[in-house]
This record gives sequence, structure tokens and C-alpha cells, in this order.
Amino acid sequence: MSERPSPIALHKQLEAIWSTPPGLARLSSVNHTILGKRFMALALCFFGIGGLLSMLIRAQMATPDSAFLGPDIYNQVFTMHGTVMMFLFAIPMFEGFAIYMLPKMLGARDLAFPRLTAYGFWCYLFGGSILIVAMLAGVAPNGGWFMYTPLSSKPYTPGINADVWLLGITFVEISAVTAAVELFVTILKMRAPGMALSRMPLFAWYMLVTAGMMIIGFPPLILGSILLELERAFDLPFFDPTRGGDPLLWQHLFWLFGHPEVYIIFLPAAGALSTIIPVFAQRPILGYRAIIAAIVAMAFLSFGLWVHHMFTVGIPHLALAFFSAASALVAIPTAVQIFAWIGTLASGKPRWDIPMLYVAGFFIVFVIGGLTGVMLAMVPFNTQAHDSYFVVAHLHYVLVGGFVFPMLAAIYYWLPHISGRQSLYRLSIPAFWLILIGFNLTFFLMHLTGLMGMPRRISTYPSNWGWDWLNLLSSVGGFVLTMGFALVLADMVLQFRFGARFRRDPWRAGTLEWATATPPPSYNLASIPHIEARADQLQPALIGPTLAGGQGYLGFARAGEQETLGVNMVTGAVEHLITLPRRSYLPLSTALATASFFLALLFRLYWLAPIGALVTLGLFLVWPVSLGEKRDKGPIDIGRGVSVPPDAEAADNVTVLANRTALAMNATLFASLLFGGLFLLVVAPNWQDTGAAQVPLWAAALAILAAMSGAALAARARQGNARGGTTHLDLILAVLAQLAAMATTIAAVLWLDDPTGHAREAVPFVVLGYAGLHCGLGAVMSAHAFWRLTRGYISARRQTEMVLAALWNGYAAGAVILAFGLTGILAMGGAMP
Amino acid sequence: MLYGSVLLFALVMVLFGLAYLRPAWVTRITPSQWIVGGGLVLPIPILVLLTGTALVLGEQLLPKGDAPLRFKAHAERWQWTFIYPDGREMSDETLHIPAGQAVDIAVTSEDVIHSFWVPRLGGKIDAIPGHENLIRLEADEPGTYWGQCAEYCGPGHDGMWFRVQAHAAEDFTALMEGRR
Repeated sequence: MSERPSPIALHKQLEAIWSTPPGLARLSSVNHTILGKRFMALALCFFGIGGLLSMLIRAQMATPDSAFLGPDIYNQVFTMHGTVMMFLFAIPMFEGFAIYMLPKMLGARDLAFPRLTAYGFWCYLFGGSILIVAMLAGVAPNGGWFMYTPLSSKPYTPGINADVWLLGITFVEISAVTAAVELFVTILKMRAPGMALSRMPLFAWYMLVTAGMMIIGFPPLILGSILLELERAFDLPFFDPTRGGDPLLWQHLFWLFGHPEVYIIFLPAAGALSTIIPVFAQRPILGYRAIIAAIVAMAFLSFGLWVHHMFTVGIPHLALAFFSAASALVAIPTAVQIFAWIGTLASGKPRWDIPMLYVAGFFIVFVIGGLTGVMLAMVPFNTQAHDSYFVVAHLHYVLVGGFVFPMLAAIYYWLPHISGRQSLYRLSIPAFWLILIGFNLTFFLMHLTGLMGMPRRISTYPSNWGWDWLNLLSSVGGFVLTMGFALVLADMVLQFRFGARFRRDPWRAGTLEWATATPPPSYNLASIPHIEARADQLQPALIGPTLAGGQGYLGFARAGEQETLGVNMVTGAVEHLITLPRRSYLPLSTALATASFFLALLFRLYWLAPIGALVTLGLFLVWPVSLGEKRDKGPIDIGRGVSVPPDAEAADNVTVLANRTALAMNATLFASLLFGGLFLLVVAPNWQDTGAAQVPLWAAALAILAAMSGAALAARARQGNARGGTTHLDLILAVLAQLAAMATTIAAVLWLDDPTGHAREAVPFVVLGYAGLHCGLGAVMSAHAFWRLTRGYISARRQTEMVLAALWNGYAAGAVILAFGLTGILAMGGAMP
Repeated sequence: MLYGSVLLFALVMVLFGLAYLRPAWVTRITPSQWIVGGGLVLPIPILVLLTGTALVLGEQLLPKGDAPLRFKAHAERWQWTFIYPDGREMSDETLHIPAGQAVDIAVTSEDVIHSFWVPRLGGKIDAIPGHENLIRLEADEPGTYWGQCAEYCGPGHDGMWFRVQAHAAEDFTALMEGRR
């Protein structure tokens, strides 16, 4: 690569490789810029829908004894408002933002698994559509956005409403799961060379912690949804107190997700603030390391305070005191960040611009929300304010203050990056004041109605309690707020249409995303820089042109391949060359197959659901077919005189890391399930003297032995392959052993008494089913490794598939042991008088 | 708590404003002073005091010690049934209690989760099927206090009101005697 093409020629060559053609071929796009924009646009559509629903709520609540909506409609409206805003707006919005922004900020050309991004988007679109279509058909969920059992169980919600929530939201959560794994791996492995963890921009730190929290936080919700759907569809009693279940199990699982979720939403927004504020303060962020410590502390604390949503369910006071103190403690890392931001402004030379206006709005609204949060953390106050309009006020202050205002600042800051045009300024200022005044008018008054005793989720109220005027004013404020959002929307449209074009870096920022051309090309950067300073103190306007000229790494187009770099997780030293998969219709077809599975469950076509699941699995097995190398290539030139091996030959590549991450997530799901089983045994009513063990000991012993043999054989195959030996036989034996383990586990499940009789049978039914499923997956992974081996994709240096087989088989063996262990404990515990 | 919050809110707003006005003394504050001062020194004493007070208060509100009169409140979509210490049931949507003395109320549910809440008498406690929860209330003055279900329980949730009628001690005894 001695002679260098002109920047224009280089652009054309790279564009030919990376771009997505127009027309129907857009459906095959896997590009993170396109998908990030799609995620955000769809999230904004859902924000509009959620906003319209809130208008219906405020119209209904404006007057006492209102007959505008009856309780049946009103219950659907407030449930959908909460559900849409949380699951279809807030989470996908920051996911889309991170999908769009992170590779550009880190100096990568795309995310680690572009096709997975696309699959996640389709799951989000289809799952969200199920909810909206159900609403238009008048059968929307109506159990409140946290779906408490037994209200959402079959006897009290006999219709399809609750199934729409459980299946639709779980479908959407697939996109959160895939995004979490993908962002986590991308941040750790795909930065520009030289960008050590200690040089990473704060936004990437925030997203790394957020992705880690999603990996631990989402499984309890997904598990809860699966258990509740199993109860609704097949009458397995997990939440029915008359048959050994407990409604509190749902609350624990939901809030074990639900509280971290609040921080999962707040942290990306805080990451945006930590990026925007230093730019306008014209100095580096103050307390870089303190902020990182604060966000890690927040992540840990957030998993220790879910019970503060459950202070009134009858938990002993001392236990409440622990959760109360933990909830109050969260104020400390929050305060560290708040004062780091204020200190940054105070010790810099702050300039004023539209994004800073919205940052000021964030300070006003979020600080109030934080203070009422500390109040609510105090048990005696909480038992009074819980489930009243005070909580409604608090949660809107925290979520709108902690997410919507920072996102508005982010829109005004980064929209020029997407549009390539600058803001018009005319509308943004009145929009800000309408939003700020409208918001406070709507929600500040709700603190008062709450303290006056107005409970949330009532569809109407009598006029004799003095709530009338406050509610009317809240409604007026709500409509003012909506006008503000409408102006922002108009402003965005006008910016795309009439905004002035600009060259690079209009804000004099310090992060790498402004080094791209704007709007950004499909490949982000024509060459990848070497980072020698902290990556929030770069000079994008200077380095942008040199990168466009191809003076960094990979400043060339090679053999039509989509190339980017993999680095050491900690030091950022370049490790290997990553070749990304090309655009494909596979994500769309796989998501359609997945949709058939969810729709089959929704419409109770239970014969179709396994077919949908198998087709989905089969399609996923087609994904790797086009990937991999059939020969060892050795180090490859990446420019600037450096050569590194391709990803297939790197021991520590993104695929292995992603599978480890996915297994950690999977293990959290399983751990939640085991916790659920033990919780029911210890806490749930009607467990005394329910009988002795059901599963014969020999079946347990046989299944454990077979699963451990499968794991040992897969591990031996991996080691043998790394030494250069033949491993075909080991892999075949591993498949057979794991199939035997699966068969024995399923036999043990069939041995159980009727699982609909009591949770004592229902829990082992699910736990053993989970273990059997993972034995099957272990067998699939070994068989896949065998197939890749025979096709020549595996060598002593190219061992990814072998590592994956060993990982999944080891996991399956662990699951089988724990599943039979829990079954034994439940049987013994149930036998005790 | 309210005054403290107003003060803290004002402090943050003033500091944010000062960041833009930039008087000399504000620019001299070092980074570690910002982080340690605002992030640690400011919140920790407040939080310790507040959490400690709340814990002590919460302990005082617990139902323990001498056993006062014990009532039962049983929730069912969408009404409350009250069971008196002598075992009689009444579902006229009114709970009669003596004023000026603490009473315990054992709260249970027939179907879904409800919550027993009389805003002017104290906190709420959930009525959960399969569980029995205890709450201690005390009405200082005789009179009528309205109560309601505070946990969303389906289409009849907004109509699930009830009344607590607090009587002077002798009237309450007479009422109980009279009904016998």
C-alpha cells in the first residue's frame, strides 16, 4: 500500500464496500449509522404515541367525575403510556443513540456484530407493533406497566391483554439483550489503537457500565415474563398462592430489573451530559476518575435497592432499613457527578448555546427529582406517599429530568452530525420554555395532590376533596408541555430542510465522532487514528482531514472486505484485524421466524410455536456459514507499518467475548430462576407437608454424568485441537453424551407429578426444562464445531468454534447439576412438616 | 425534609448560576474541592441524619408491645369487609374504631393485591393474597376518616373507598355492646 489514493478516490472505494444500496435493499442493511438512526426515529414515533396517550390521561383527569374515558379504556391507556415510554421509547432511544455514536467516538467502522444490530431492530419493530396493534384493536394490556400478579394472572385478566404485554415486551427485549452484548463487546474490543481504557471518552465508560447493567438487569424481567406466560398459558402456578406460588415473587423479579432499569436509562443520558458540558465549559471534564468511580458505584448500588418499590408489602422493618439506607446512598455518586459538572462549568470559560439551555433544564428538574427520591427512600414517608400521585410526580421528575432533558440537549448537540446542518435557533428557545414551564406545571402540582391523598391509577375522582383545581392545572401544563415537544419536532424537520451546512466540528468538541464528514459516510473514518491522548481532548477538525486522506490505519480498500481493528481490552494495543460480515437479509428473515414464534404463542397456536423456534434456530445456524477462513493467513498489513493476525486466528476475539457475555447473561437468568424456586419454598404459603421427592435418583445421576462427559469431551477436543491433534471423535462423542443428558433430563421432567398442581412440581418442571434445553444447545454447538472442522474452518490457530463448544457444554453441565440440586432441595423442603 | 430540600435545590441552582457569572472565588475552587465537597461532605451527614431519624420513627410506628384491639380488613374486588375483635363481620364500608388509642388492623385479600390506606391516619399496607399484614393506626380525635384502595386492582379500583369512623372510647364500647 505504498501509493496513497486521493481522499475522494479513497472515499469512493470505501463507499463501494460499506454502503447500502437504495430501494428494497435497505431491508438488508446492517450498517450501524443507518440502524442507529432507525432505532432513534422509531423510538421518537413511540414517544409521540406515548405522548398522545398521556394527553388522553390528562384530559380524563382534568375534571372530577369525568366520563370521557371509562375505567376499561383508561386502564389500557395508562398501562400503555408507561409501557410505551419505558420499553419502546427510553431504552431503544439510548440504544439507537449508542449504536449510532459509539463506533464513531471509539474510532471503529461498525459495531462488533452488524447483523445482530439489524436483528435487534427488527425484533424491536415487530414486538412494538404487536403492542400498538393490540391497542388499536382495543385489547391492550391493562394491568399497569409493572403487571402485578395476580391481577395479571388468568383468573383476573382472562383476555389476551396481559399476553400482549408479556410476549410483546419480551420480543422487544431481545433487542435490548443483543444491544447490551454488542455494545459491551464493541467498547471493550473495538477502539482505535492506543485508546486505553484510561483514555476512553466518558460516554463510552457510561455505556460500558450501562451495557454491563443490562446484562445483569434484564434477565430477571425476561424470566418473570416467561414464568407468568407459562402460568397464563399452561396453568403452572408460580404466582398463585393457593398452589404454592406467591404474587410477591413477581414483584421481586420485576423490581430486580425495574430499579436498575432506572439507572440504565439515566446513565447514557448522564454520559451525554458529561460529553456536552466540557465542550461548552471549554475545558476538560473535572474529576474524570471520580466520575468513573461514581458510575461504577451507582451500578453496584442499583442492584441493592429494588425492595424500595415494595416497602408496603409487609417485609420486616429491619430489612427495609437496609434497603432504605442503600437507596439514600445512591445520592452520593449522583452528587459527585452533579458537582463535577457544575465544577467543570465554574472552572472553565462557559459559553451559552441551545444545548446548554436544556442542560440547565436538566439541573432544575433532575435535582428536584433526586431530592424527592431521598424523601421516598425514608420508610415512614414512603408508606404514606407510595402509590400516590407524589410517586407519579417523582418518577416523572427523575425520568424526564434524567433522560428527556439530556436527550433534548443531545439532540441539539448531535443532530447537526446526523443532518450535516446547523440548528436554526428560532424555535428552540420558545420550545425550551414551553417544555420547562409545562413540565413543572404538570408534575410539580402532582406532589401536592399526592400528599393530599390522591392515589395513582384511579380513572376518576369525586369533587369533594379539593383536588379539582390542581388536576385541572396539571392538565393545562400537560398540553403546554406537548406544544413544546411539537415545536422541537418542527425544529428538527426544519433543520434537515433549511439548516446551514458546515465543515467539521461546529462546537469545537474534543471527541472523535466530529472527525467524520457530516453527514457521516457509511464507513465512518477513511482511516483509523492512533490515539495518544485522552480521547475527549482530541482536535477533530485537525485530525479529520488527515484521516480522510488515509494517513491512519487501514487507509485503503482491500479485496472488497469490511475491515476494522480489534484491540487489547485494557491497553488499547492493536491485536487483530476484524473482517465484518456484509449486508444480508438473514437478520430480517430470522426476525420474521422469531415473530412467528411469538405470534403463535399469542394466538395460542401451540403446535406452531416449536416450529417457529426451530426455524429461528436453523436460520441462526446459517449466519456463520459465510464467515471464517479456510487457511492460516498470519499477520496482515494494516498500514503505518503494522501487521496483525486476522480475527479468526486471534484467541481473544469478539465472538468468544460475546459468547462469554451471553453466558453471563444466561447465568443471571438461571440464577433468578433458582432464587425464585428457593423464594417460593421459604416464603410462599401452602408448602407444608406437600410430599416427598419425585425425580428418581438414578435419572439425576445419569443426566449429570452424561452432561459432565459432554463438557469434558468438548473441553478435550478444544485442547487437542489447540495442540494440532485430530478431534473428530471427541466432538461426536460430546454430541452423543449431551443428547443423552437431554433425553434423561426430559424423562425426569415427564416423571414429575402434574406440574399444574403445585409450585413444588412446576418449579422443577421449568428448571429441568431449562437444563435439558441447554444440553440440546451444547450438542448443537459441538455438532457445529464438528461441521466447521470437516469443512476446514478450524485449525490449531483458528479455534473459535472449538472454544464456543467447550464454553456452552461446560455451561450445560453446570445447569444440569444445579437444576437437579434445586429439584432435590424442593422435594426435601416440601416433605418437611 | 421539605425545607432541607428547598435549601439544597436552591444551593445547586445558585452554584449553577455562579458557574456562568464566574466571580473570582468560584473559579478558585479546585477540582477535588468540588468533588469532595459537593459529592461527599455535603450529602453524607444529611443522609446519615435523615436515614437515622427515619429508622427510629419507623420503629416507633411498628405494631409491637402491648396488644391493643385487633381488627381485620379483608379486601375483595372491589370492597372491604371488616371483622371486629369479637369476630363479627360487617361490610357496610365503614370501620368503627375507638379514638385516642392505637389499634392493629390485619389486612388480607381474597383475590388480587389491594392496599389499605387511610391517608389522615398513617401509612398504607398491602393486602396480598396468601399473606397477612399488620398495620397500627391511631385516630387522635373522634370523627370520620376516608380510606381507599391504593394498589391498582382492576376496573373497580377507583370506587374502592371506605370510611373509618373513630368514636370516643365510651361510645365505641356502647356501639360494640349494642350490636351484641
